[in-house]
Amino acid sequence: MPKDNSIKTILILGSGPIVIGQACEFDYSGVQACKALRAEGYRVVLVNSNPATIMTDPSLADATYIEPLTVESLTGIIEQERPDAILPTVGGQTGLNLGVALAEAGVLEKYGIELLGARPASIRIAEDRSRFKEAMIAADIPVPPSQFVHSLTEAKAAIGEIGYPALIRASFTLGGTGGGIANNEAEFEAIVAHGLRESPVTEVLIERSLLGWKEYELEVMQDNVGNFVVVCSIENVDPMGVHTGDSITVAPAQTLTDREYQHLRDLAKKVMQVVGVSTGGSNVQFAVNATSGEVLVIEMNPRVSRSSALASKATGFPIAKIASLLAVGYRLDEIANDITRETPASFEPSIDYCVVKIPRWNFEKFAGADATLGPQMKSVGEVMAIGRTFPEALNKAVRGLDIGLVGFSRMLGAGEEIPTLEVATAERLAHVAAVLARGDEPDEVARETGYDRWFVHQLADILAVEAEIEAAGFPVPEPLMWTAKRMGIADEVIGQLVGQEEMAIRAYRKELGVVANYYRVDTCAAEFVAHTPYLYGTYERDCEAEPTDRRKVMILGGGPNRIGQGIEFDYCCVQACWALRDMGFETIMVNCNPETVSTDYDTADRLYFEPLTLEDVLNIVDKEKPEGVIVQFGGQTPINLTAGLAAAGVPIWGTPPISIDLAEDRGQFGVLLQDLGIDHPAWGLANSLEEAVAIVAEIGYPVLVRPSFVLGGRAMAIAYDETDLRQFIAEATQVSPGNPVLIDQFVENAYEVDIDALSDGESVVIAGVMQHIEEAGIHSGDSACVLPPYRVSYFHLSIMRDYTERIGKALGVKGLMNIQFALRDDVVYVIEVNPRASRTVPFVSKATGLPVARVAAQLQAGATLAELGVERTPPVDGFFVKEVVFPFNKLPGADTRLGPEMRSTGEVMGHASRFGHAFAKAQIAAGMPLPTSGAVLMTVNDFDKSTAIRLGQQLHRLGFKLYGTAGTAAALEKAGVPVMIVPKVGENDEYNTVRLIESGVVDLIINTPLGQRAQSDQGLMRTAAIQYKVPLISTLSAAQAAVNGIKLLQEKTLRARSLQAHYG
Amino acid sequence: MPTYPMAVLALEDGSVWLGRSFGAEGSVQGEIVFNTSLSGYQEILTDPSYHGQLVTMTMPHIGNYGVTPEDDESDRVWATALLVRQVSPVVSNWRARQSLPDYLRERGVIALTDVDTRALVRHIRDNGAMRAAIVTGSTDGEAAVALAKSGRDMNGLDLAREVSCEAPYEWTEGFDWWRPEDGGATAAVDNPYRVVAYDFGIKRNILRLLASRGCHITVVPATTAAEEVLAMEPEGIFLSNGPGDPAAATYAIEATRQFLGKKPVFGICLGHQILGLALGGETYKLKFGHRGGNQPVQLQDSGHVHISSHNHGFALDPTSLPQGVAVSHVNLNDQCCEGLDAPGYEAFSVQYHPESAPGPHDSDALFDKFVDLMAARR
Repeated sequence: MPKDNSIKTILILGSGPIVIGQACEFDYSGVQACKALRAEGYRVVLVNSNPATIMTDPSLADATYIEPLTVESLTGIIEQERPDAILPTVGGQTGLNLGVALAEAGVLEKYGIELLGARPASIRIAEDRSRFKEAMIAADIPVPPSQFVHSLTEAKAAIGEIGYPALIRASFTLGGTGGGIANNEAEFEAIVAHGLRESPVTEVLIERSLLGWKEYELEVMQDNVGNFVVVCSIENVDPMGVHTGDSITVAPAQTLTDREYQHLRDLAKKVMQVVGVSTGGSNVQFAVNATSGEVLVIEMNPRVSRSSALASKATGFPIAKIASLLAVGYRLDEIANDITRETPASFEPSIDYCVVKIPRWNFEKFAGADATLGPQMKSVGEVMAIGRTFPEALNKAVRGLDIGLVGFSRMLGAGEEIPTLEVATAERLAHVAAVLARGDEPDEVARETGYDRWFVHQLADILAVEAEIEAAGFPVPEPLMWTAKRMGIADEVIGQLVGQEEMAIRAYRKELGVVANYYRVDTCAAEFVAHTPYLYGTYERDCEAEPTDRRKVMILGGGPNRIGQGIEFDYCCVQACWALRDMGFETIMVNCNPETVSTDYDTADRLYFEPLTLEDVLNIVDKEKPEGVIVQFGGQTPINLTAGLAAAGVPIWGTPPISIDLAEDRGQFGVLLQDLGIDHPAWGLANSLEEAVAIVAEIGYPVLVRPSFVLGGRAMAIAYDETDLRQFIAEATQVSPGNPVLIDQFVENAYEVDIDALSDGESVVIAGVMQHIEEAGIHSGDSACVLPPYRVSYFHLSIMRDYTERIGKALGVKGLMNIQFALRDDVVYVIEVNPRASRTVPFVSKATGLPVARVAAQLQAGATLAELGVERTPPVDGFFVKEVVFPFNKLPGADTRLGPEMRSTGEVMGHASRFGHAFAKAQIAAGMPLPTSGAVLMTVNDFDKSTAIRLGQQLHRLGFKLYGTAGTAAALEKAGVPVMIVPKVGENDEYNTVRLIESGVVDLIINTPLGQRAQSDQGLMRTAAIQYKVPLISTLSAAQAAVNGIKLLQEKTLRARSLQAHYG
Repeated sequence: MPTYPMAVLALEDGSVWLGRSFGAEGSVQGEIVFNTSLSGYQEILTDPSYHGQLVTMTMPHIGNYGVTPEDDESDRVWATALLVRQVSPVVSNWRARQSLPDYLRERGVIALTDVDTRALVRHIRDNGAMRAAIVTGSTDGEAAVALAKSGRDMNGLDLAREVSCEAPYEWTEGFDWWRPEDGGATAAVDNPYRVVAYDFGIKRNILRLLASRGCHITVVPATTAAEEVLAMEPEGIFLSNGPGDPAAATYAIEATRQFLGKKPVFGICLGHQILGLALGGETYKLKFGHRGGNQPVQLQDSGHVHISSHNHGFALDPTSLPQGVAVSHVNLNDQCCEGLDAPGYEAFSVQYHPESAPGPHDSDALFDKFVDLMAARR
C-alpha cells in the first residue's frame, strides 16, 4: 500500500522533560520520526517542551514548537499550523495520553485531524489496566488474577481473594509510579493509599504477585494489513517484581526452547489483535513460571518505548523510523532494511551476539530514598553492551556504566557487608559477584536472587577464569589471555589479578596479537552483507571494521545517562557529527547508551557501540587511526579519559589536554585566577577535620564542602557551622576516600550566572548569558534560569565578559567553555570553569538560534570564529526560561531540599516576549502551572520582608487569599494586606504550614529560607508540595516572576511561536 | 566450565577453522551450512533434512535450555555435526532432561564449540555451501582439508532414501502446539481423513499438525510405488521434507506424477521440489541456501507476509513451471520461489516449513487448506 497522500502536514508529539521512566529514548524515536516523515515529503510540525532534545533542533522539522505539552497549548498550535494528522506514538506515554486527551476534548474532530499509528480505543485498552484485563480474558489470553479498586475499602475487600504478596499498580502513571509490593496489611494500606493519590483516575490494580517468575518482553511491529514481526526478544535477568526499566536485561532470550518462544510470539500477535493496534511498534511483557512453564501476559504498550529503543540498538532494526512509515500507510514489505539494503523490513532480525543492558541509578544523590527495586522504576539511565557471549557483554556493560568498576568481579568494595540477595537493589549484581567469589553455590545464588541459573553459572565462569589468571600470574599464558579477552575481562582487571598496570597488560597482549576486532550489527546474523558500519568490539578471528582512508574524526559520547550528564551532551555529540560530516570528515561515534540519538547508526558515518573506557577507546583508535578525537561534547566521561588518551599519543582536538587538567585541578586553577587577578571564593583543601576547621577559621561560614575527584556535585553540601562541617567532612571522606576535601567560601545571597562561550584559541565569543532564578547555592543544573539575564547590570555583564575572554585565552580554549559566576554587590566571583560543552548548550542554541555545538565542532576542526562569522554574542528576542523537573515523586522518602548537589532529571523551556509569560509557560511545561486564583502561602526571611510586602499586595490585588507565617504575616498586615497566620512546623502539630499544604487549600508557596533551620522547614514544605503538586518558589526573583506571570495569565492568554518563525 | 579437546574443521576450499569438541570423538564429512534460528537447536539436529550436513548455528549460546524428548523431530539426530560459538553444559529449563553435550555424546554426534561462527558464516555466505570435514582431537588442517575434499558432493545426491523409514507406519498423535495446561492432548476423531505421507525425512510436527486436523496418516517409505499407495485409497497424498538433491529422487518424482489429478497433493520442502519436478519444472542449487526462522515469504494472492522457517539448499526455478502452475509464495529476501499452486491438479506445496518446529506459526493454515481439499471431495 503506498503512503497516504491525502496528508500534507503531520504534527509529532514529543515526550517533554526527562523524567524517570521517560528519557532520551523518546528523543531518539522522535528524531527518527521527523527524519523519516520529512524524507517522505510531509511537512512536519514538532511540539516538545524539552529544549535539550535533538528533535527540537530547528533543522529537523518544518515548524518546531518548544511549548508545554498540554491540550490548551496544543490547541493553539493546531489552530496555527492546521496539521492533517498527529503522530502520538513516538512521544512516550506523554505523547500517547496527549493524543487521547486531544481526541476526548474534540480538538481532533474540530480540525479534522487523524491520529496516526494508534486509535484512541486501542490506547485506552492498553493503558487502562481494567480494560486491558477484560479484553485479554475475553480473548482467552492468560493474565494474572487481579482486581481494580477505587478506594481503600474496596482494596481491603479485594485482598482477601488475591492474597499476599500482592502487587499494587496505579492506573495511568509513568514508569510504575505509585506502585509496590505488599507483604502484609500495613504495607498494603500504605501502598494502596499512595497509588490512589498518584493515579489521575484514583484507581489502583491489586493483583497476584508474580515475584520470582521469569520476565520476558517481545518488541513487535505490525502494519495496516496485519503483517506482524517480532523485532527482538528480551529476557530479564532480574525476575518479575523488579520493573523492567530497573532490571538487567539480555537479548535475545537465552533460556526459552523454541516451543516456549513461539508460544510467546503467538500470544503477542494475539494481544496486538485484541488491543486493536492499527500499525506500529508495540511491546508485550510476559511472566513465565520457571518451574511449571505457565505463561501470563503482564502488559503491552502500543507505542515505541524504552525497550523498543533498546531493541532497535540491539538488532539494527530502527523501530521508530519504521513505525512512522507504517503510520502513513506503508506496509512492512514496502520498506527497505537500511543495513542490508536488499531485503525488506518485513522480517525478524536474527542476532549472532549477546546484548546486555544494565540500569544506572543515582540513589547516592537522594538521602533517605528507598533503594530497593520494585514495580516503580527508579533508574535514571542505562548502559548497553554487545559481545559475542553473555559474559563478554556483561563485563563490557559493567565497565560502560562509568561508576568506577572495570568488571563484574570488581563490583564489591572490600569489606562491605552482603545483605540478603532476595531483595533487589541497585547493588545486587555486585553482591552476587561477592558471594560467588567467596564460593557460594551458583544454584543457591540463583534461588535467592531469582536469576535464572544459566546466568548465574555464566557469571561464575567469569570468576573461574579470573581465578585461573590469578594462579597463572604474569606473563599470563596466551590461550588464557584469549579466553579472558573473549569473556570481556578488562586489561585493568587482568592487571589487578597479576599485579601489573593496565597499560602493561595492554602492551603484553598486543605483543601476543591478542587484539580487539570488530563485528557488525547487521540484523541478519551475517546472512546478507551489511552496508552500515555499526560495530562492536570482540576478540574473534575476523574483523569487519574495514576502516577507510578518509579524513576522520572520532567523537566520544557521554555513556549512560545520569543526573548531571544526560541528553544535553548527546545533543552536542550529534551536532558535532553533523557539523564535521558537513565539513567533509568521516565521523566516528563511540558511545554505549542505547537511548540516544548518537547511537543511531544513522547519525555518524561509523558507530562503535562500545564502553567509554581507556581500553575500549584505545582499541578503536588503533583500528581507525583518526585524525583527531573530540572529548568536550560527551560531558565529564570523555574529559576523564583525556589524560590517558593523550598519554597514549592519541591526538585530542580542541582545548589542549593540559588546559583541561588545569581547569579540573583546583589548586592549579586557583593560581591561574590569582595570576589573572580574577575574584573567586576563598578556598582550601583539607585532609582532616582539623585542617578543615583551620581553613574555615580563615574563610568564615558558610562554606561549601565537597569531595575532590567526583562528578555532578556528588556529596556537596553547605556547612553553616561546625556541626555541619563535621558531618559533611565525614561524608565527603567516605565518598572519595584518600582524597582531600575541597572547602569553598559560600557566597550567600548572591545571584548566579552561567556563561557558555566559544573560542578558537585566539578570540572568545560569549554565546549566552543565563541568570539563575533560584538562589545561590543551588546547583546550576537544578536552578531555573532566564536568558537574557534581565536583572544583571551592564557593570556586572562587562566584568563577566572580560573574565570570560581572559580565562578562555589563558586556557587556550578551542571549542566550548562554561563559566559559573556569583554576583554579590559589586564583586563578580568565578565559581567554576568547565572546559567543555555544558548542560546549557542546547538551551542557549535554541534561545539564540546560534548552533553553538555545531560551531564548537567546527572550531575544533580548525575553523576560526571569524571564518564562521561568529564574532559577537547573538542577540536574543524575548525571554527564554529554563525550568527543571525533579524525580522526588518516584523516590519516596528522598530528602527534597535543593542544594549544591544536582538532583533534577530534566528540563523544559518557556519562551515569550514578556518574562512573566515565559516563566509561566516554563512552569506549565514542568507540570507545575501557576495558579490564576486561590491561595498563596508566604514565608520569607527578614531580608526579604519589604519585597514580600509588595508581592503580597500584588497577589491580593490579583484576587488571591494569603497565608503567612508569623513574621511574614505581621509585615503584610502592617502594610494593610489581609493575611491568615499559619504556625511553622513544630509550632503546632495540628495546624501548621505543612498541614495547610496537605489540606489542599494552598495553590502556590513562596518561601525564601535563610539559615539551616529555615532550610529544614522548607524541606518539609517541599515534600508536601511535591506530594500535593503545589508549586513552591524559593527566591524573590522567582516569586516576582511568578506574580508577573500570573498577572499576564489573567490578562492575556499564552501564544506559541515556532522557533523557525521566531528566528525569522 | 569444562575444557574440551581441540578439534579442526576444514572446508574443501582449503580454509581451516579451530574449535573444541564437546560431542563424540572422531571425524566426519559433510556439507557445511548455517542456520540463523535463535532457538530450536534440538529440532534442527533431529530434522532429517540436515542429513549429510555440518550445521553451524549463528546464535552464539547453544545448549542453554538442554534437550527434552518431546522436542525431537525424529527418532535420532540426523545432522552430521553441530558447530557453535559457545556451548552450555549448564542446563536451565523446566522441561530439560539432559544437557546438549551429553545428548550428542550419547548419540555419537560430533560437535564443536569455540568456533568463530560469524567468520565461518560470512565465509559460507561469500563462497557458498561446500564440502567440509571435522576431525576431533587434532589441529591438523591439511589432513582435514583432504578429508573434506573426499566427501560427497550434494549435487545429484539422493539422500531421502537414506533417511526414510523402512516400513510403513500409522500416525494419529495430534499436537495443538504446546500447551502446558493440557500437555498436548490428542483429540479422538470420527471418520478421519486418510492421508498417505511419503517419508523423505518427515518431521514429527508435520504429522502432529495433520493429525490434530483430523487426519489419520500412513507414513510410507520414500520409494513406495504409486500403485501401492493408491491401493490404500488415501484421500490425500503428503510429500514430506527431506535432504539431498530433489532431482536425484527420480522414483519419488515418478510416483508423484501418478497422483496428479487423482488425489490432492501437499508437499513441503523436498516434497515441494518433487511436486514441481513432477509437474515439469526444474530445480537448482542455491549458493548457501535458506536456513533459519526469520524469512519473509509473501503470499502472492493476498500480499501478506509470513515469517517462516526455512531449510533448503535447492529451489524450484519458477520460469521452468508449466502453464497452470502458479508461484504462490515468494521469498522477499531473494525472490526465490517458496511455493506453488496447481489448482487444476488440487496440488500445492511450499518450499519452507509451515510446521515450524522450530520457527513461527504464521503459515499453519496451509494444513487447513490440505484438509479442505480432501473435505471438498467427500
